[in-house]
Amino acid sequence: MSDLSELYQQVILDHSKKPRNFQRLEEANRTAEGYNPLCGDQITVYLQLEDGVIRNISFQGSGCAISTASASMMTASLKGKTKADAEVLFKRFHCLITGAPDGSLDPSALGKLAVFSGVCEFPVRVKCASLPWHTLRAALEAKRETVSSE
Amino acid sequence: MTAAGNAITEKIHGQGGVIGFDVEKVREDFPILREKVHGKPLVYLDNAATSQKPQVVIDTLNRYYKVENSNIHRGIHFLSEQATRAYEDARGRVRHFLNASDTREIVFVRGTTEGINLVAQSYGRTFIKGGDEVLISAMEHHSNIVPWQILCEQVGARLRVIPINDDGELLIDEYGKLLNERTKFVSVAHVSNALGTINPVKQIIEMAHRRGVPVLIDGAQAAPHLKVDVQELDCDFYAFSGHKLYGPTGVGVLYGKASLLDAMPPYQGGGDMISSVTFEKTLYNVLPYKFEAGTPNIAGGIGLGVAIEYLGRIDLEARAAYERALLNCATEALSAITGVRIIGTAKEKASVLSFVLDGVHPHDIGTILDHEGIAIRTGHHCAMPVMQRFGVPATARASLAFYNTREEIDALAGAIHKVKKVFG
Repeated sequence: MSDLSELYQQVILDHSKKPRNFQRLEEANRTAEGYNPLCGDQITVYLQLEDGVIRNISFQGSGCAISTASASMMTASLKGKTKADAEVLFKRFHCLITGAPDGSLDPSALGKLAVFSGVCEFPVRVKCASLPWHTLRAALEAKRETVSSE
Repeated sequence: MTAAGNAITEKIHGQGGVIGFDVEKVREDFPILREKVHGKPLVYLDNAATSQKPQVVIDTLNRYYKVENSNIHRGIHFLSEQATRAYEDARGRVRHFLNASDTREIVFVRGTTEGINLVAQSYGRTFIKGGDEVLISAMEHHSNIVPWQILCEQVGARLRVIPINDDGELLIDEYGKLLNERTKFVSVAHVSNALGTINPVKQIIEMAHRRGVPVLIDGAQAAPHLKVDVQELDCDFYAFSGHKLYGPTGVGVLYGKASLLDAMPPYQGGGDMISSVTFEKTLYNVLPYKFEAGTPNIAGGIGLGVAIEYLGRIDLEARAAYERALLNCATEALSAITGVRIIGTAKEKASVLSFVLDGVHPHDIGTILDHEGIAIRTGHHCAMPVMQRFGVPATARASLAFYNTREEIDALAGAIHKVKKVFG
C-alpha cells in the first residue's frame, strides 16, 4: 500500500506552504502557461534565458500541494543551469515520478527533487508534479499556446 | 441496525412521523459497499458522479447477456421478441417513474448530456433563430451550457445566464427580468451538481410558459433523490441519466412532450428511426423511435428499468427524509471543523456537500481521503462557471445516496481532521 507520508514529505509541505521564487519576473524573456483541466491547477513559468543559460526563473499560479511544491523546487534547482541541463533533469524527474525503470539514470543526480519519489505510488498525482516541468519546457521552446497536462 | 443508524431513524420519525428507513438492509443490496479500499472499508461519497448498482441490476445485465441477448425491433425469433419486450417494459417503467402520460414521450438516450444535445440540435436548430435568446442558469453543469453555446453559435442566438446569490440560489426576480420577447428557450438544472441547490423548477416553468417559452429540466441530480412528475411540473423536456439512478452507465432518458417531439426533426439518422427508406425519400418512424437511431443500449435500458423497479420498492418519502437527515448531519459535522467552508448553502438542497478547506487544495484532500477509503470528487465538477462565481479553483464534494450512513459521515469528518494534521 502506498504511504501518504511518502507523498507529503516535510520538504514538499514546506515548499507548498512557502513556495520559493513565487513572483512575476520582470526581466523574463520567456514565459509559458500550464493548465491541468482535471483539477484546475494553473501555472505561469517566467524565464530569463541568456545564451542558453537560465539566469533567473520564477512562477505564479494556483494549484495543489504537489504541483506548487514541484514548481517551487524546480525553480530552486534550475537557476544557473543550461537549457540542456534542464532537459536532462526533467527526464530524470519524469522517470522518478512515473516510476519508470531507467538504469542509465542516476536518481541521486536529482538532488533535493528526489523527495518526489513517493508520487509514483499515486498515479493520479503524476500530472500535478509534472505540470510545472511541462510548462518550463514550453517556455524553453518558446511555445505560445497554453500547455495542458491532458 | 447500528446505534447511529437508529439515531437517524428516530430523528426522521421525530421530524416527520414517516416510516423508518432501514439503511443497513438496503446496504445489503449493494455488493460494492462490502469492498475495501487501501485496506479500509469503502466509504462511497461520490454518488453525484455515479451511484452504485444494486445486485438486481448487476444480475439483470448478466442474465441479459447470458440468456437473452438479441437485437430489438428486428427479429421475429424468440430471443428478439423477448429482448424487445424487456426493453419496452423498461420504457414503461420510466414512463411511470416520471409520470409521463405516454411511452411515446420517453426517448432512450446515452445520458443526460445526449438528451440535452438532442433538444439543442433538433428543437433548437429548427425553432431558434438569429437574435433569439436561450436562458440557462449560473449553476449549470457544462452539459447544460456547451450544447446551447454550440447552438447559439450555429444560429446566431444569444445565451443569457440567470445569476445566483452567494448561497447558490437562483435569483428568480432576475430570471423574470431576463425573460423577454426574444427568449425562445429555458434550460435549467433541477438540482445543481456542484452546489446541491434544488431549483424552484415549477415556478421557473410557469414563468416561461406565460411567455410561451418551452423549458428543459436537467434532472441528472434530481431523479435519484426527488419525486419527479413531468405532468405536474408541466416541463417540456426532462433529461436524466441511468447511472446516477442506480442503473447502468450509457443509458439515460429524454422525456419530451409528444407535441414538441412530433414537430422536431430526427437528431441522428440510421436504422430503427425510419419506417421506409428509398434513395429518393425516407419516412421517419413514429415516436419515440424517430429519435432512437441505431441499436440502442439494450442491456442498459433493461437494467435501468430494473433499477427503477428496485427504487419503487423503497418508500420515496422515507428515503428522501433519510437523505435529508443525512445531509443535515454531514453539513453540521463539516461546519464544525475549523477552516471548512461549505460552498452552496441554499435553503433547499439535496445530496451534495461541496466544501473547501483553508490552505489545502481540494486535490490534496481527495488523495488523503482516498487513503482512508473515502471516495469523494475534487475539482470543478464540470461546472467551471460555478467555481468562478465562488472564487475557488475547485472544491471537494461529498455527495450522498440513501445507502450512506451516519458512521460514514463520521469517517469523512475524521479524515478531514487528518488532512488538517498532515498540512498542520
